[in-house]
Amino acid sequence: MPNPTRLPHTYRRDAPSHPPLDFPGYRSNALRVPHRPLVLLPQRLTEITGPLLGEERVGAHDADLTAGHADEPQGQRIIVSGRVLDGDGRPVAGTLLEVWQANAGGRYRHDGDRHPAPLDPNFTGVGRTVTDAEGRYSFTTIQPGAYPWRNHDNAWRPAHIHFSLFGTAFTQRLITQMYFPGDPLFAQDPIYNSVRDPRAREAMVARFDLGTTVPEWALGYRWDIVLRGKNPTPLEEEDDDE
Amino acid sequence: MSESWTTPSQTVGPFFRHGLLWEDGPYAVPEGTPGGFWLTGAVFDGAGAPVPDAVVETWQADPDGRFDHPDDPRGAVARPGFRGFARSATDPEGRFRVFTVKPGPLPTGDGATEAPHLDVSVFCRGMLVRLVTRAYFPDEEANAADPVLTSIDDPAARATLVAAGVPGGYRFDIHLQGEHETVFFDL
Repeated sequence: MPNPTRLPHTYRRDAPSHPPLDFPGYRSNALRVPHRPLVLLPQRLTEITGPLLGEERVGAHDADLTAGHADEPQGQRIIVSGRVLDGDGRPVAGTLLEVWQANAGGRYRHDGDRHPAPLDPNFTGVGRTVTDAEGRYSFTTIQPGAYPWRNHDNAWRPAHIHFSLFGTAFTQRLITQMYFPGDPLFAQDPIYNSVRDPRAREAMVARFDLGTTVPEWALGYRWDIVLRGKNPTPLEEEDDDE
Repeated sequence: MSESWTTPSQTVGPFFRHGLLWEDGPYAVPEGTPGGFWLTGAVFDGAGAPVPDAVVETWQADPDGRFDHPDDPRGAVARPGFRGFARSATDPEGRFRVFTVKPGPLPTGDGATEAPHLDVSVFCRGMLVRLVTRAYFPDEEANAADPVLTSIDDPAARATLVAAGVPGGYRFDIHLQGEHETVFFDL
């Protein structure tokens, strides 16, 4: 008789691929990270489950950030597509992706953005979609511009698109950024460089893909996202005598 | 497969409002749900200043301690009008608010019971990796035997995980750093 409260699995801890909490090169990090060590939380029902948000959050134009306005936005049209996988290489199906980004001039449609680049009346910079059964997603958008910020002398953020994913468990929740290949601004960006492992850093960079480029219309970029993988059933031996 | 790397976490940045905010975001249950209350609070930085550009998300069991999720070994149970997930940005005073109902207690699988709690995620500019904490309720006897609460020896640190009763609901402040630093978890 299976134990009705035995968890089917937990999720692997994945610290080495992530930035440290404390990264002084990113100035506003200083007062916003805990100084006490994190307490290990055993993964139980609350942590191995999570909000399964999907199609109900997505509107008609949400996967096409160039649509839904009176006219075409300024800038280079691109298609960003890829797969959402877990650390075991399995597709994560039916999960909500949310993206937001600056316009072609490097300006966000946000009251707090003081970069004196023009706003684009035909670009909001927000999108949503849901992965299909193979974990695939696709957004049509425009190439975002780099923009200055005040982190250090002559600081510029490399062009990037923010991504938010839920996965299937609270432990898999991820907010990250997708970068563009060959960006000359990588070397001076503390957010990109907060990831210490070069392979993990490169995993944030999309690759140009002629295969998904649409003739006379849009350039294609491919970017796969990997969420945590699963541990096998915990406590197997302890419960064997039941 | 032993490979365990994942796509790295990056900051949510300051300009997430268009991308992440939903009109119904703060509602884990719809307004008017019996037993519904507001869980309010504020996020503070290490200087004690409010954090005006944070996102707080909560996830929880339903009042019977069930999840509408295939990985719950007791079976998925859907509860009409119960999303169990809420998302709120902070305002200029660092305040967030979530409308929900109290979750039920949960079996741990090894004979113990977890007291009613919400899992809480915090994201903000300046934070490269999200922080995770839990919100417990002050009026729950089950707190005394909760395996997570009882694993924290320092009573002052433990108290950071327990919301305070206020008119209309509960208050749960989050201190990212400093004297009143909230207990954050590695999960």
